[in-house]
Amino acid sequence: MENEKYLAQLQEIQSMMQKSSKFLSLSGISGILAGTYALIGAGIVYSMRASFISPLRFNSSEFLTVTIIAVLVMVLSFVTGVIFSVRKARRKQEVVWNKVSKLFIMSFMVPLVTGGLFAIILVTKRDFGLVSPVTLLFYGIALVNASRYSFETLRNLGFIFIILGLINSLYIGYGLYFWMFGFGICHIFYGAYMYLKYDYKKQ
Amino acid sequence: MTSIISDINKTFDHRIRLGIMSILMVNDAVDFNRLKELLEVTDGNLASHIKALEQSEYIDIKKQFIGKKPNTTYEATLLGKQTFAKHLAALEQLIKTSK
Repeated sequence: MENEKYLAQLQEIQSMMQKSSKFLSLSGISGILAGTYALIGAGIVYSMRASFISPLRFNSSEFLTVTIIAVLVMVLSFVTGVIFSVRKARRKQEVVWNKVSKLFIMSFMVPLVTGGLFAIILVTKRDFGLVSPVTLLFYGIALVNASRYSFETLRNLGFIFIILGLINSLYIGYGLYFWMFGFGICHIFYGAYMYLKYDYKKQ
Repeated sequence: MTSIISDINKTFDHRIRLGIMSILMVNDAVDFNRLKELLEVTDGNLASHIKALEQSEYIDIKKQFIGKKPNTTYEATLLGKQTFAKHLAALEQLIKTSK
């Protein structure tokens, strides 16, 4: 009898510590969908370019299309992430926009926006080769940084992106392959893993 | 065994007081509304438990102004953190020995 009480206390402590310091409304489904958008986007770019290892020309119509697709994939992924987080939080009857989710967003956005601006600067300097490794690297750093306010396993996904970014910087010109593997396949696998581990059982 | 039992603290023998301390162990400063939202309790109920913890000197109340609005936040004191850590260790020990 006493023991049951102590066990209940321990569980309560653990749950309160987690709930008050971690943003756990991220859904695995948003990872799977973001990965799918990325693969579709990459597929369109791939089929469009006869030889995509050849450098893009700045201000060409091709350049514009690639940029639009990339931005579209990013915006769609972000919106999907927000929608599914709100849904998951509602189901758990929690408030989505609180101190922890703000900390999570901030710690995620600071490296991400820095990397994004850096990538734009590289584009304006016609240095396309580095755009892909830079985005992979900064996205990885953003994940590692934000993981302290969310699922700890998010850090592992971050490390995968950092490693991919570093390898990509050694093989400039193959950015689309690295993007497809990172933003597409890794997102899908990781999203599925998260979904099975945290969401599926609880429904 | 007796030394373990003595680390079990009666002050924490209530879901809300236990919850407040758990939250303050992993967060620097937390305000009243956030505590209320996390613990799902009424104002009066939460206030009385905060008072109990404050009287035991386990938590500190910090009052400050954000612009013109008064803002009250709560922090665990060093004594509070040490006592709670002992309580937690004792709980784990008791569960372990009973298995």
